[in-house]
Amino acid sequence: MKSRLEQIRERALSQIKDCDTAEKLNELRVCILGKKGELTDLLKSMRDVAPEDRPKVGQMVNEARAEIERVLEENKARIEKAVREARLKAEVIDVTLPSSRTEMGHRHPNTIALEEVERIFIGMGYEVVEGPEVEKDYYNFEALNIPADHPAKDEQDTFYVVSGSSEGGNGVYDILLRTQTSGVQVHEMEKGRLPIRMIAPGRVFRSDEVDATHSPCFHQIEGLVIDRRITFADLKGTLAEFARALFGEETKVKFRPHHFPFTEPSAEMDVTCFKCGGKGCRFCKGSGWIEILGCGMVHPHVLEMSGIDPEEYTGFAFGMGLERIALLKYEIDDMRLLYENDIRFLKQF
Amino acid sequence: MNTALSWIKAYVPGLECTDQEYCDAMTLSGTKVEGYERRDRNLEKIVVGQISSIEGHPDADKLIVCQVNIGTDTIQIVTGAHNVKVGDKVPVVLDGGKVAGGHDGGPLPEEGIRIKAGKLRGVPSQGMMCSIEELGADRSMYPEAPEEGIYIFEEDAQVGADAVELLGLHDTVFEYEITSNRVDCYSVLGIAREAAATFRKPFVPPLVNVTGNQEDVHDYVSVEVQDPELCPRYCARVCKNIKLGPSPEWMRKRLAASGIRPINNLVDITNYVMEEYGQPMHAFDLDTIAGHRIVVRRAKEGDRFQTLDGQLRKLDSQVLMICDGEKEVAVAGIMGGENSKITENVHTVLLESAVFNGPNVRKSSKRIGLRTDSSGKFEKGLEPHNAEDAINRACQLIEELGCGEVVGGMVDVAQPMPERKRLPFKPEKYNRLLGTQIPEGEMLEMLRRIQVEAKASEQGTELVIPYFRQDLNCDADIAEEVARFYGYDKIPTTLPSGEATAGKLSYKLRIEQKARDMAEYCGFSQGMSYSFESPKVFDKLLLSEDDKLRQAVTIANPLGEDFSIMRTTPLNGMLTSLAVNYNRRNKDVKLYELENVYLPESLPLTELPHERMQFVLGFYGEGDFFTMKGVVEEFFGSVGMAKRPQYDPQAGKPFLHPGRQANIKYEGSVVGYLGEIHPEVRDHYEIGDRVYVAVLDMPSLIPFTTFDRKYEGIAKYPAVGRDISMVVPKEVLAGDIEGVILQRGGKLLESYKLFDVYEGAQIKAGYKSVAYSITFRAKDRTLEDSDINAVMKKILNGLEQLGIELRQ
Repeated sequence: MKSRLEQIRERALSQIKDCDTAEKLNELRVCILGKKGELTDLLKSMRDVAPEDRPKVGQMVNEARAEIERVLEENKARIEKAVREARLKAEVIDVTLPSSRTEMGHRHPNTIALEEVERIFIGMGYEVVEGPEVEKDYYNFEALNIPADHPAKDEQDTFYVVSGSSEGGNGVYDILLRTQTSGVQVHEMEKGRLPIRMIAPGRVFRSDEVDATHSPCFHQIEGLVIDRRITFADLKGTLAEFARALFGEETKVKFRPHHFPFTEPSAEMDVTCFKCGGKGCRFCKGSGWIEILGCGMVHPHVLEMSGIDPEEYTGFAFGMGLERIALLKYEIDDMRLLYENDIRFLKQF
Repeated sequence: MNTALSWIKAYVPGLECTDQEYCDAMTLSGTKVEGYERRDRNLEKIVVGQISSIEGHPDADKLIVCQVNIGTDTIQIVTGAHNVKVGDKVPVVLDGGKVAGGHDGGPLPEEGIRIKAGKLRGVPSQGMMCSIEELGADRSMYPEAPEEGIYIFEEDAQVGADAVELLGLHDTVFEYEITSNRVDCYSVLGIAREAAATFRKPFVPPLVNVTGNQEDVHDYVSVEVQDPELCPRYCARVCKNIKLGPSPEWMRKRLAASGIRPINNLVDITNYVMEEYGQPMHAFDLDTIAGHRIVVRRAKEGDRFQTLDGQLRKLDSQVLMICDGEKEVAVAGIMGGENSKITENVHTVLLESAVFNGPNVRKSSKRIGLRTDSSGKFEKGLEPHNAEDAINRACQLIEELGCGEVVGGMVDVAQPMPERKRLPFKPEKYNRLLGTQIPEGEMLEMLRRIQVEAKASEQGTELVIPYFRQDLNCDADIAEEVARFYGYDKIPTTLPSGEATAGKLSYKLRIEQKARDMAEYCGFSQGMSYSFESPKVFDKLLLSEDDKLRQAVTIANPLGEDFSIMRTTPLNGMLTSLAVNYNRRNKDVKLYELENVYLPESLPLTELPHERMQFVLGFYGEGDFFTMKGVVEEFFGSVGMAKRPQYDPQAGKPFLHPGRQANIKYEGSVVGYLGEIHPEVRDHYEIGDRVYVAVLDMPSLIPFTTFDRKYEGIAKYPAVGRDISMVVPKEVLAGDIEGVILQRGGKLLESYKLFDVYEGAQIKAGYKSVAYSITFRAKDRTLEDSDINAVMKKILNGLEQLGIELRQ
């Protein structure tokens, strides 16, 4: 009996160790430990054992069973590990094969530039508003201190729209395609809600033939701040902050006197060339500076016309060309590309 | 405006600075320098040499060998020029020096041309004699220069001297951008005044004496202004015994640097004064003026007139003319006539210095198609006092330069002239506006330098504005004068104080931002196209004659027919962009745009048109109708439009495939449409692939959008699914079936999904097989079969009414 037990144990252990699949291992378990297994059979022949030996033999059988079970578990783990490793090995892929991502679309560079500008001004507490693109003469010119005979009103620069009041040919056109977003200033001031901090992006139109630097249709961003005690120093501070946010912390600004009918004093703002940092390069034509926007203190006459008391309130306004910023920032050398919509162009943004 | 710095310095004698310092300082004080060019750029080691002998070249017939004395030495120069003779004094560039250009007068090379000693056909040559072109100068400035070949100096030129200095080329020409409000700065004196104030140096304008003999100009000529509104002042003086000849070198050089070709002393003087004072002048031959009478009046409609450039110009009744006793002799402010021009035989000259209405000159010049230096100045609106100063200056020069004898007196027909403006001096207000603390005294000093005088009055200090500053009218204007001479750069930088405001996008802009995000997420890239297009677009899109979309806003003065109407549909822009891509063989192109259409309430326009933002998507290549439909629904989901949109195939869009189009409805309202582009329309745009578009009308859609979200809980009880398979008459749409499911499914209906559509052999003719999987769920309990059966029965009853049979 003892020797048979030993024999079964020996064989079982060696068979288990040689086993290489989970199925065979299971078969072995059944053969050895199952209801009709060898060890079970052995236990059944216990009656042949002398009663005084039974506890001892029983213990031996149980020990053998425990050992076999333990080895079975160990080998199960071994086999599972081997199987997993084999599978992982079989599943090796070429990670350099192309990706299968779904391609996202791309924003227009004008919009990317606009959203950057919007983000900066929203952060400074400005509201983004809009105004009409087809506009009354009053808002585009008159309310901005641009009198009837001003050269800017010439048909050469302004697209007029055939309207009821222009019947008869050479009459006065009072509806036009706005030539600047500045008219939105007037709309905002007329609402009578003060203080005002707004920017107004939008499409404008000028009678320019299409070429690399001109388009009859382009975009501007207008800004307006009206409050008590707004100063030219505030204008400088705000726009310097804006320039640093848009072009980088190192950016310096320069204000030059200029003239706009609807601001006084007026200025143009230059920023240090973001290619050469102000040293002078081909990009900034050697000057180290790039002209970026026009600005000034809102003309008292403009405030008055829009129903704001210039003795109590002051304000500043600024305007910039969106395309100019996009062209500069992304180094686009031909404005026509912006309106052609070639996907190979758009994909680069 | 271009001016030599030497001319400015003539009136600001203390001005000493480098070109760059001048450029920067002037720009920062408001006279913007566009650029400048040194006239001696690339001129190095050029001296006056005297030719002491000339011999032939042993091996070349066309070359000569000269010995040239350059003061310190005598050098040998071989040249091909033949206009020199022994004793001539010439500009000589020495070994290692530089000249500006070649002898052919072509474009000047950036770095000039370096001259080195060498051999010409075997004979050593130690330098080069220069022509005017090689010195980079304009021949018109040097009328004495020979037509061809080497420049030859006057006999008194000193051998060995700096030839560039002698030619007056150590100078710099500055180009200014003058803003439209500073009419006074369209003149050398105006700029000099600014320069003097900028550099805090004295301004010394020319001293003008009113000259003239004992005669009275009124005996020579009379002037009548019939349209004083268009001619507020007309000054006339007469000069007799005119002796034409070249003007002096200094005048020629200044004019040439300003881009004006010197002609003769008389013409040059009028041009010189125009530049100096900003006041155009005209000289008539008095003997051609009938009746010695000047009449200023409008032309007659349809008149023709030959200007002195020989062109015949058509006039209209808006054009102001200068006439004599019989005929027209000049287009006022623009150009004189052929019939009264100065010829070599002139004896007596009538000088005109007038002020014409700026806008009228501008419009006339445009209508007759002639823009001149003179009209360019008048357009800006000139100041009437200046006209008198300028004509007196011209007469003074005529006398000084021996050009003629000035007749005493001036004919002056003038409207009452404006007084000098007075403004109260408000230093605190200026400081408050600027955010500065500039002391009063400093302000007054700055203002004094630009000739704004301070006068004490009962109300305090008053500022008296000079005539020429028509732009100074209010406190803000004075504040700007103070600011620009104080220095914009010295004004502090602060941020606005006061009430905080919340920055934000308008709701409309937020929705548009979502639209962009979603379109790009779905693979569409953003395009932009012009707002105006051709009226031919309507035919390309197969719109019927009476289609409302043909009612477009028309531009009165378009760039051309292709840009003449404001678009009423975004489709042409989209199809044009897709066509560009198709034509360039770009594959699978998906584009979107967010642009306005402009819909007039009625035509002709009496009020502003409705601007409606359109979200248009279009693609060709991979995908189909349902791809586009998916993008639309994805967008709806992203802006809180959670309900199922309906699709009505009866959209009636002529530009879409008749069987593949639908209006998109949301809660019963049409918010847009989608479909496949009609093949004929595709042909018009030359796109050889199917094109799908969707157009969403944002104003219709925005009322249904929301950014509010509410948590509705996660279902606790299990869902129960039922599949139904149906045989459906072909004309019944999936949307009809879904309508029934949705309507009859009640509260228990959670979702439904179409999983099969089949038409074919196993299905009887005129029918199709459709299968849906429907899911039910209750929030508060597990559904029983009986619950489901009751709902399903209602649904099936409804479907039966559409002629649908349940498939067994």
